Amino acid sequence: MISLAARDVLHAWGKFVFTGMGLGLLIGVTLTMAGVYRGMVDDAKVLLNNSGADLWVVQQKTLGPYAEPSSVHDDLYRSILAMPGVADAASVTYLTMQVRQGERDVRAMVVGIVPDGPGVPGYLVAGRQITRSHYEAVADIATGFKLGQLIRIRRHDYTVVGLTRRMVSSGGDPMVFIPLRDAQEAQFLKDNDAIISERNRTAANPAFNRPGVLEAVIDSQSSNPFVNAVLVQIKPGFTAEEVAEPIRRWKRLQVYTRAQMEEILVAKLIATSSKQIGMFLVILAIVSAAIVAFIIYTLTMGKIREIAVLKLIGTRNRTIAAMIMQQAVGLGLIGFVVGKISATIWAPMFPKYVLLEPGDALRGFIAIVFICILASLLAIRAALKVDPAEAIGG
Amino acid sequence: MEDGTKQAEGILIEGMRKRYGEGDTAVDALKEVNMRVMPGEVVGLIGPSGSGKSTLLKCLGAVIEPTAGRMTLGREVIYDNGWQIRDLRALRRDKIGFVFQAPYLIPFLDVTDNVALLPMLAGHPNAESRKRAVELLEALDVAHRAAAMPSQLSGGEQQRVAIARALVNRPPVILADEPTAPLDSQRALAVIRILNRMARQYQTAIIVVTHDEKIIPTFRRIYHIRDGRTHEEAGEGREFE
Repeated sequence: MISLAARDVLHAWGKFVFTGMGLGLLIGVTLTMAGVYRGMVDDAKVLLNNSGADLWVVQQKTLGPYAEPSSVHDDLYRSILAMPGVADAASVTYLTMQVRQGERDVRAMVVGIVPDGPGVPGYLVAGRQITRSHYEAVADIATGFKLGQLIRIRRHDYTVVGLTRRMVSSGGDPMVFIPLRDAQEAQFLKDNDAIISERNRTAANPAFNRPGVLEAVIDSQSSNPFVNAVLVQIKPGFTAEEVAEPIRRWKRLQVYTRAQMEEILVAKLIATSSKQIGMFLVILAIVSAAIVAFIIYTLTMGKIREIAVLKLIGTRNRTIAAMIMQQAVGLGLIGFVVGKISATIWAPMFPKYVLLEPGDALRGFIAIVFICILASLLAIRAALKVDPAEAIGG
Repeated sequence: MEDGTKQAEGILIEGMRKRYGEGDTAVDALKEVNMRVMPGEVVGLIGPSGSGKSTLLKCLGAVIEPTAGRMTLGREVIYDNGWQIRDLRALRRDKIGFVFQAPYLIPFLDVTDNVALLPMLAGHPNAESRKRAVELLEALDVAHRAAAMPSQLSGGEQQRVAIARALVNRPPVILADEPTAPLDSQRALAVIRILNRMARQYQTAIIVVTHDEKIIPTFRRIYHIRDGRTHEEAGEGREFE
């Protein structure tokens, strides 16, 4: 038996292919939306992986440092280093801000790190790591910064000495790493007028304006002894929970393991975004189904006389139903191929990372076939209701 | 194709009636239809609009169910106050050929596959079905258009392909509904000549429903249908003497 569906498609291939391409662009958008979500999850995981930490020590009763503000003393790492099972620990700060380079601003997450400690970028694509205590930076390549360029963070210029890749915040902003001291200053730096005003206020306070006290108070006001978190690497042979529990208990701090931090980032920080994208995916699936249903229904209605003739000359209902369903699935296949190619072409052009996973493509393919089969039911119902007597007329 | 195979008995219709609706709104479209068409014979079925021609054709084509009567196809009783055959679709496919006013060829199949589709639907292998189709196309002088699409054919060629499609499963009866309506005199007569030749060659009983004054004189026998009743009369039988 010949394939009636294939013959019909070949006969009117132009109409079919162009319709499939239109549907394909819609499917491409759907796959891209899924890719945007995967990209967000991947960004979150990359953030954790690239930190090199096994534990995050943050302010008590906070979800810091990524999901909520957290503030701990910058000398905390010393006492944590003394805890059992701790291999290394270092303070870290995170600050999302505009970083100026020449005439342009780049939205970036400025990370204050201790050279050679946990939190330094895991690998570089050019240049070197930060070796000086001040005014050097390693930037993610997505910032567009080049080696040797001067970038301005608050009041200071930093030289880009290294470039890294896929170091982004959970929001997808590229990271710029600078020395911890500089980052602490940038995080809490007041403008000069505010500093003068603060000094005058302090000097006017009789409680502070005493020899030896005033200088100490002013000095404490103009420095920042806080960081957002302490990143901890654990020794081999210890589990994360074994090391985390004593820190929680004795230091009265919040400690998150990698699994817990991943849960915070994926389930809490990007939960709303994922719901938003999920809603988009549902709407796009419904729109795709409606379009396929409409197209197949229209194509079928255009063949009512032929269907009546086919029924009159003895074609089985299942042969006619198969013809319509095969055309719907064929349309979906063309749409999927066009959609996959489109998504692959335009995904790298998105400002944020879009991760097109083969698993999502497979799930998308199955969903499209299912949607097409579902969408063809309306046309099949209409075709099966056609009276073969219509071919005879009268 | 076994030329000249004898189809026993042709088609016999006795006391066929068809009523639409019930009660006060009931309409008797067919009141008393009696017909007999022998194998190899082409008869005309003539009547004014609303006389019941289309209803009769639909009953004979097993598309709608008569209300009463008896219909025999060959030696097989098809209808006897109820269908005697369960699979009417297979009956239409294997035992009844249809030729319509417009050829109604499937536009996305070429000429060969338009004809070969029926044996394929009946479960015959594609190669065998196409062989049978080509043989018929040769017999109808359209084999040279075997690979063409229906849209590339002239009206006469399309109608010949439609006749080939009706004959391809060698049905004992062919129902032709105004097969010459869209054709000029010459082509209309050519179609009737072909139908007569095919009827004799394949021993098929052919009933031609027509209004066409050009072809009415060609029938040897004519059934007039008026007010749901058939009346037989002899035709002139011109053109084929």
